[in-house]
Amino acid sequence: MSATTTHDSSKNYINHESGILSWLTTLDHKRIGLLYMWTVLTFFAIGGFYAMLIRTELFTAGKTIVDAGTYNQFMTFHGAIMVFMVIIPGVPAFLGNFVLPLQLGAKDVAFPRVNLLSWYCLIVGAAIALCSLFYNGADTGWTFYTPYSIDTDNGTVWLVLGAFVMGFSSILTGLNFIATVHKLRAPGMTFFRMPLFVWGLYSTAVLQVLATPVLGITLLLLAAERILGIGIFDPDLGGDPVLFQHFFWFYSHPAVYIMILPAMGIVSELITAFSRKTIFGYKAIAFSSIGIAAVSFFVWGHHMFVSGQSEVAGIVFSFITMLVGVPTAIKTFNWVATMFQGSVRFDAPLLFAMGFLFLFTIGGVTGIFLAVTAMDVHFHDTYFVVAHFHYVMVGGTLMAIMGGLYYWFPKMFGRMVSDFWARITFLLIFIGFNVTFFPQFILGAMGMPRRYYDYLPAYESLNKISTIGAWTIGTGFLIALGVIIYAMKKGEKASDNPWGAKTLEWQTSSPPPHENFINDPVVTAGPYEYR
Amino acid sequence: MSTDSTYEHHPAHHFRDAEHEVEASKFGLWLFLCTEILMFGGLFVGYAIFHAMYPEIFIAGSKFLDWRLGALNTVILLISSFTVVMAIHSAQTNNKKWVLINLYITLACAAGFMIVKYIEYSHKIHDGLLPGKFFSYTGAEAAVQNLPLYFSFYFMMTGLHGSHVLAGMVLISWLIYRAHKGHFGPKYYTPVECVGLFWHLVDLIWIYLFPLLYLVG
Repeated sequence: MSATTTHDSSKNYINHESGILSWLTTLDHKRIGLLYMWTVLTFFAIGGFYAMLIRTELFTAGKTIVDAGTYNQFMTFHGAIMVFMVIIPGVPAFLGNFVLPLQLGAKDVAFPRVNLLSWYCLIVGAAIALCSLFYNGADTGWTFYTPYSIDTDNGTVWLVLGAFVMGFSSILTGLNFIATVHKLRAPGMTFFRMPLFVWGLYSTAVLQVLATPVLGITLLLLAAERILGIGIFDPDLGGDPVLFQHFFWFYSHPAVYIMILPAMGIVSELITAFSRKTIFGYKAIAFSSIGIAAVSFFVWGHHMFVSGQSEVAGIVFSFITMLVGVPTAIKTFNWVATMFQGSVRFDAPLLFAMGFLFLFTIGGVTGIFLAVTAMDVHFHDTYFVVAHFHYVMVGGTLMAIMGGLYYWFPKMFGRMVSDFWARITFLLIFIGFNVTFFPQFILGAMGMPRRYYDYLPAYESLNKISTIGAWTIGTGFLIALGVIIYAMKKGEKASDNPWGAKTLEWQTSSPPPHENFINDPVVTAGPYEYR
Repeated sequence: MSTDSTYEHHPAHHFRDAEHEVEASKFGLWLFLCTEILMFGGLFVGYAIFHAMYPEIFIAGSKFLDWRLGALNTVILLISSFTVVMAIHSAQTNNKKWVLINLYITLACAAGFMIVKYIEYSHKIHDGLLPGKFFSYTGAEAAVQNLPLYFSFYFMMTGLHGSHVLAGMVLISWLIYRAHKGHFGPKYYTPVECVGLFWHLVDLIWIYLFPLLYLVG
């Protein structure tokens, strides 16, 4: 790859313009990426705070700090914030926004105004969702299952409408990325020269565009159910509450892959960059992303094995769900094969990528357990499920986000994060995570139901361990926040390519100039020409 | 407003040239249309499921709808689809006067559609033919069990469609504003084309709603 490195280093995208207004009206994908970063970090802090409250409440059986109604609200807000406001926008809208055009050698995303609009959709949606706090909050869990969501307090409607508006944010980001990948690749950047993070974002974008509108109409119908009493999901009026579950999971299962596919893209970048070795099985990884995206539309019924759907449907969904394991395993084996005989550098980003490999594999394999209908009857709605999806979402996606943040931080801010402190945060998060969630597999197998406020005395010791783990994760993330803010102000100056990586974003200066590259890059080789 | 014949559209900085921008815009718009179809798709799937569960409510419910008003609205929208295409054609042939005339006719058709819809809605509201729990009609047909669900679908589907017609009216008004300023010509008519595509989708959805709601009985 060739791109010039001669430039006026004093001007970059951060000091290109100044003032709050220049940020709020910016059309630059890098600045919008940073807007998303602060937004997502803020929501993550709030969602994380709720998580701490939940775990603290569960430290002892019975009442510890709050009553049952408040606990239900904590649980709902934790879930809704983490899903709709943190993990879904976390990789595509934050890291993707910053990195995607750079990796493609483009000056911006295809529709910069739409990109800014998507950020405002997230903010407005979040504001609407927070209105629910004025109406006794919402206590349905993030899944809003009918008929309970029809009968409970009015706060639910605000949360539902907020999620509806935030859905547009996700749709617009996805739409933008698909158009960018198709139309704005630099000369010579063929589809099979695109970095694997781009492939991950591309498959994610397809899901965002095709699945999110269905969530939109589902939430709109649910809001109409409450405001107009339309009865489509209300058994009292002849409606079908299970239809809501079908509609909801038709989006929300693909949404799980919206959360994990771009994270897998990050891991592909990190592993090849820190192993100083060409990625093993580039096309296999690229196509497995598309494969996961395609299969994800046909597995939603595995959330509903005990909902009363037909047995035949259950068996078909069970089989297709297990198929997801195939492309996922292809990726995992390719990553491990990439590291094999590489010149591995164990910097903090790679530690997070390896944490991803370890935790995601546990999360993935327990997913296969849950796909078996007979086992799911036992595990359904127990802490086994909670542990499973936290291993995937936190152990997978959040690990990748942290790794990606440390990896691209020098590019974003032109400064290095202290590797020592980044490793400390990794250790705290990794150990804390396992201490929190591994006992939950055991609790689930013992039969402790999820979402309950209280539990039997037999579960107390494992719950105590789990809560101590949660505090450890919390400490880890707090330190990480401090490390990042410190690095932003006082970090060591970063060179243009501190990791010696080969993808295009490292060929421009750190931080990049307003238009990304001084001379338009021309691509002549693949993304990972190490050896 | 005066015609500013010196207007020249410059493609945004991240595109190679005007053609590149047009391609990307149309591509993005088609993606957006996909999302619209999927959003309405949820309602159509719901319709299909409830039609299979309670076919009788759709037969009884459709009798309350006046197929002549529905047909009138279908014709209105078909005409507007034609005029929006003619607006694009006029822009391509640099006939600025007819760009405006066609856009005004399109806007008038959209308004006409909403007026007919208003007449239909107010009639139903007056008779208490409302969705779900607000259903208060007391005639003999009310004995059909779950009949209110038909009106839930009627109002949700036509309501969501109607909101798209309103959005279309805003977009067409924006085109008219820009057409008055003389922005559109053979070199630059992307907004007309994109709004036109959106408007065709709005028409197309109505083409499905009309038989499903009015003629199903």
